[in-house]
Amino acid sequence: MEANQTLDARGLNCPLPILRTKKALNTLKSGDTLKMVSTDPGSLKDIAAFCKQTGNALLSSQQSGKDFEFFIRKV
Amino acid sequence: MNIAKLQPAHSQTLDVPSDIASLEAWFDQRFEEKLAEREAAKTPSLAIIATKGTMDMAYPPFILASTAAALGWDTSIFFTFYGLELLKKDLQLKVSPLGNPAMPMKMPFGPDWLQRINVPVPNLIASNLPGFENFATTMLEQTAKSKGVASIKELRDACIEVDVKLVACQMTVGLFNYDQDEFIPEIAEWVGASTYLAAAQKSSICLFI
Repeated sequence: MEANQTLDARGLNCPLPILRTKKALNTLKSGDTLKMVSTDPGSLKDIAAFCKQTGNALLSSQQSGKDFEFFIRKV
Repeated sequence: MNIAKLQPAHSQTLDVPSDIASLEAWFDQRFEEKLAEREAAKTPSLAIIATKGTMDMAYPPFILASTAAALGWDTSIFFTFYGLELLKKDLQLKVSPLGNPAMPMKMPFGPDWLQRINVPVPNLIASNLPGFENFATTMLEQTAKSKGVASIKELRDACIEVDVKLVACQMTVGLFNYDQDEFIPEIAEWVGASTYLAAAQKSSICLFI
């Protein structure tokens, strides 16, 4: 999947991945896609909850090795 | 009784049932739908009252507030009593295992097995050993850093960035002989209990920390 921007939030813990994601989304246009990579296991559920609350679309979330990868389309 | 005859002819074109029992059922359903619509359209809000001035107790208000604001919620924190320490320009937060029996004392560095060990600290040592509080504070700072947990300063900056409203207690300043210049300029207002309670009354969640 292609992303307009990639955010590396590896090594960061709650709530930093969410805060950085929010910040990165602010710089994008509506319809743009953000790829976010984190290592915090909590972000699997937290990013889903964040997207549900903010209306942004969580296109995919998957684990690859120790990393969690998310694709989010800005609302 | 059938009330269809009492209604003007044009109402028949609406999707409104004609007998009272189904009219009531229809109304109840519409009412529920409207309530749910209204609930969904409402911006949630979080009001936190922060009363503690130690490093461990500084985390919950700043983490919850910055996250809530990132979710698009209206968020405010009212800092009162020792909580005002969290708004000082120069943060001097400390933590102590003394009187804090659930606080684990862990090594912030070294191999995994060493970091897992909880070092029990008797109150006799925690209270009498000079500099122990500073030591415990450094340990927590280091542990947070190595685990990728933000510092209090970073979390406070994050709160300011996402427009968390920081409200300070006017009375505490007088009580502890503080000077307003000691505090960060981002404080939205200095108020008393009645002002903050009025704001908190309308919040979806209110927490006392």
